[in-house]
Amino acid sequence: MKDIHAKINGIPVTVAEGTNILDAARHVQIKIPTLCKHPDLPPSAACGLCIVRIKGSAKMLRACCTPLDEGMDIITNDPEIVEIRRTVIELILSNHPNDCLKCARNNDCELQKLTADFGIKEESFPQFLRELPMDTSTKAIDIDPRKCILCGRCVHVCQQAQDVWALSFLERGIKTRISPAGEIQLADSPCVRCGQCSAHCPTGAIVEQDHTAKAWEALQDPDKYCVVQIAPAVRASIGEAFGYTGRNFTKKLYTLLRRLGFKAVFDTSFAADVTIMEEASELVERLVKKTRPLPLITSCCPSWVDFMEKFHSDMIENFSSCKSPHEILGVLSKTYYSQKNNIDPAKIVMVSIMPCTSKKYEITRSNEMYASGNQDIDVVLSTRELARMIKQAGIDFESLPDEEADSILGEYAGAGVIFGSTGGVMEAALRTAYYFVTGKELDKVDFVNVRGLKGVKETEVEIAGQKIRLAIAHGLSNVEYVLHKIRLAKAEGKELPYHFVEVMACPGGCVGGGGQPYMVTDELRVKRAQALYQDDLDKTVRCSHNNPFVKKLYEDFLEKPLSEKSEHLLHTTYKARPTYRK
Amino acid sequence: MYNKTVLIKDTTTLTQEDKTRDFYVSFTNSLREQNLSDEVQVVRAADIGVYNHGIVVKILPDIVYHDVKEADIGRIVEETIKQGKVLEDLVFNKDPKQQRIVLRNCGKIDPESIDEYLAVGGYQAIKKVIFEMDADKVLDEMKKSGLRGRGGAGFPTWMKWKFTRAVPSDRKFVICNADEGDPGAYMDRSVLEGDPHSVIEGLMISAYTIGASKGYFYIRAEYPLAVERVKLALAQAYEYGLLGDNILGSNFSFDIDIRLGAGAFVCGEETALIASIEGKRGTPRPRPPYPSVKGLWDKPTAINNVETLANIAPIITRGGDWFASIGTVTSKGTKVFAVTGKVKNSGLVEVPMGITIREIVFEICGGTISGKPIKAVQTGGPSGGVIPAEFLDTPVDYENLQKLGSIMGSGGMIVMDEDDCMVDIAKFYLGFCVDESCGKCAPCRIGGFQMLHILNNIADGKGKLEDLAQLKRISFAMQKASLCALGQTAPNPVISTTRYFEDEYKEHILEKKCRSGKCARLASYTIIQEKCKKCGLCHKNCPAGAIPGSREEGYQIDQEKCIKCGQCFEICKFKAIKKE
Repeated sequence: MKDIHAKINGIPVTVAEGTNILDAARHVQIKIPTLCKHPDLPPSAACGLCIVRIKGSAKMLRACCTPLDEGMDIITNDPEIVEIRRTVIELILSNHPNDCLKCARNNDCELQKLTADFGIKEESFPQFLRELPMDTSTKAIDIDPRKCILCGRCVHVCQQAQDVWALSFLERGIKTRISPAGEIQLADSPCVRCGQCSAHCPTGAIVEQDHTAKAWEALQDPDKYCVVQIAPAVRASIGEAFGYTGRNFTKKLYTLLRRLGFKAVFDTSFAADVTIMEEASELVERLVKKTRPLPLITSCCPSWVDFMEKFHSDMIENFSSCKSPHEILGVLSKTYYSQKNNIDPAKIVMVSIMPCTSKKYEITRSNEMYASGNQDIDVVLSTRELARMIKQAGIDFESLPDEEADSILGEYAGAGVIFGSTGGVMEAALRTAYYFVTGKELDKVDFVNVRGLKGVKETEVEIAGQKIRLAIAHGLSNVEYVLHKIRLAKAEGKELPYHFVEVMACPGGCVGGGGQPYMVTDELRVKRAQALYQDDLDKTVRCSHNNPFVKKLYEDFLEKPLSEKSEHLLHTTYKARPTYRK
Repeated sequence: MYNKTVLIKDTTTLTQEDKTRDFYVSFTNSLREQNLSDEVQVVRAADIGVYNHGIVVKILPDIVYHDVKEADIGRIVEETIKQGKVLEDLVFNKDPKQQRIVLRNCGKIDPESIDEYLAVGGYQAIKKVIFEMDADKVLDEMKKSGLRGRGGAGFPTWMKWKFTRAVPSDRKFVICNADEGDPGAYMDRSVLEGDPHSVIEGLMISAYTIGASKGYFYIRAEYPLAVERVKLALAQAYEYGLLGDNILGSNFSFDIDIRLGAGAFVCGEETALIASIEGKRGTPRPRPPYPSVKGLWDKPTAINNVETLANIAPIITRGGDWFASIGTVTSKGTKVFAVTGKVKNSGLVEVPMGITIREIVFEICGGTISGKPIKAVQTGGPSGGVIPAEFLDTPVDYENLQKLGSIMGSGGMIVMDEDDCMVDIAKFYLGFCVDESCGKCAPCRIGGFQMLHILNNIADGKGKLEDLAQLKRISFAMQKASLCALGQTAPNPVISTTRYFEDEYKEHILEKKCRSGKCARLASYTIIQEKCKKCGLCHKNCPAGAIPGSREEGYQIDQEKCIKCGQCFEICKFKAIKKE
């Protein structure tokens, strides 16, 4: 590719051909304001703030979508440009509630920040609000269409990245709004609650449903016994709320959660190890005993489960019946743990800290989510909500001392923690499946071919002379390719393209989850994933089946993987659901 | 069953009052004498489209006689009606200033007959292109012609074609943009309804030149007859081997489909139009990449407007030099204008570029209906501006109109006299763009809305002097920061009216007065007691109960209660209500 040489505000810049002016300007430390362009997404050119001009020209160009051309002499901030930007921001504010103090995005809002940057202190134009109702129907993400500035990011991620098509633009002109088609509630739409919309929203128009109050309330109730678990991906991203990227905060999180008042701090990575015991056993059963059909498809992502139930229910029999790790931890805390420690399970409040919005929905998804006799998980908080709780509690998070998690649901193998990244479940399962089939330990447990951000990864491994073909997809728009291949082979009676398929709804897997800190990019997804792979590398126990606490769990409580008790507590069922309810 | 229809009208009067009774009787008597009563229908028309030319007789479809005297009736019946001979001395040469290229066949041939199109030389241009020219030669000819896009922006057609041709691709598309949407403009509709084959031929030539194998007509669904005629014309062209594989035995293969627009003005913008054809929401996307590089289904695409395409075949058959001999230095050929508003003879006119606005309005269209002086002429539709009377002698071309703060646009031309209010005009056009904004980009969506709010305030007497500065500020932001031409040009009517008629705005704001009486909220109604017959009609009909009084004592309008609806003014039989 050719290099482009140009000038931005008089500073020479050299970038690859095709680079837009906005990105090129960053190369020379110039920030051009924008409300609609997200570094993770293609430009929509909606807000009109990133205008720049070629020196001497009256015409203005949108920096987000205009590629830098050879010899261009770009001006990004003359007084006229700044004045237009100010006018446009003020126009946007005239169509926005501006109730920042009561907004979920207060202090973390792109519109609020720009308003401050431009020193706008008064309302130049009369305010017109669209009187539209909130949509809180999904119990996972809330839409407040009045706060929407119509940047189009949510619509793009919902339609293009996730292929869900729950959100779209309705009406036109000043009445334009985002909504599911045809005036329905989001819960009645194809929405799978992945929350990518909320993770990309620049304002408070789409936010995770805030359950911090529920958590605080439980923590202050002396009758309750509050326990907590943190998902693998949270440890690698929570630091971003405090200015650290790619750093693993596991042990500070344990300390923090105890200081917040939790009586026991568990780690979802432990339950991930248990998931592997069950899922690898399922794989081996399907491979060896051929009791159920191949390929085996992973089921630990609730958005993917919802997507499958709505759009691909012909794949139900291929789905692993294994619950997601946090549900497993939930049910174990209210059975195994409570029995061992003589605690009334009805008094236990289990809080899950997840990189995810979909898990808020999952906890009441079906009867199997009450396998312990109580609701297995009581509250789900996203990474973003936890960050707010930390700030509310006034805890100097970065300086906390390290502590360990609570036994018997806290210690994890390296395999458990890489669940947070795309390919992680696959890799963890392979480590254990190899052992289950051959009875031998792997010399080298790293399967680097399943890692990375390629949309669909296809590879194969050899276990006991048998070639096992694998596919890993992340970002729901990548699923169709994999499923199509399977269906085609089935229809033509040909050999199946895969034995084992891993799917995560969010791009990058849970590290890129819909409940994670804002402004995610691939660069950030890689950094978060690297922190998890480093955690894995640092562990002496890297395979789930070697986790002594997992062994103990089976010895003391579950007997063996896929035992009757395991099936009852750790497994679930699926059914076809309509894409549109009613 | 009549087989001929004759229209008659006394064009010295504008009303529908009957002054042709004697003439009518003589005419029908004359027909009876010739035993033609059963064959010829005579209709006294209310309006015949000609003004101030005495009695006008129109023998349908297209013979028009003017200043006809009763003495001429015999000749007309004997020679024209019986023998089909045209009486040259009576023929009304409607518009010596008009020159028909685009509308060459409209009203002359049966638009539903391909044979009639062929008979007037139709499809000879595409034949010439295929067998005697290559793409480069077509481009040369187009370049020589100087034809610029008639959709509004005036981009040279040959360059658009050249760019699209230059991009390597396995598939290319051509699109005819027939999403005509400017209020009052209907030239594209007339061409599609009156001469669909000429547009098909133009589209074929563009396809051949750029190397496209597939074309689309994007026609707004509100034009059902145009859709029907294009459909029929396409079917006929397929039947005659003019479309499909190996056209006329050559290796040029080309198919055309129709897509209907669902009524969004913005879909006339080419990237929104493409999105609409692709089945997506019709909103513009950023350019570059231009459609010539990445258009329909991401393939190189040339989009031309109906009128542009109707010009192509004549350019090919008669040569680019011939076309370039018409018009001005920068703007060649003719332009069809839809002249409406306060003009006697409204309708489509096709004139060579460079003609003055005065010639169009006065010589072709007969001046204002009211006889009052012209205040301004609005051109370019909602993206255009007003041109005040002092510039009526400006020769019409792309650059001149732009210099005056308006644009050529698709060719709307609305004549306004003293009874028109400039604030009201700005409100109308801006209101149109606010309604039609797709809502995608903030400057257009919110800016237009806020400007309209300010204009409404001014028209309602709630304006402040600062409002003018606010209008300017928002206009500038919209012009510079809107994504597509709709938003960039939506403030134009406001900018041009404030530029030329700032005093009128100030009158509304400072004196709370609308001199034309258009701004209802600023009008005040009073009863002229000398003229009032105390009939009580206004009292009974006032919806606000603002006219108290009795048959004995008379009536008064309570200015506090009056909602300025004008009911009393309309209803008074004695013109006893004064409106100020």
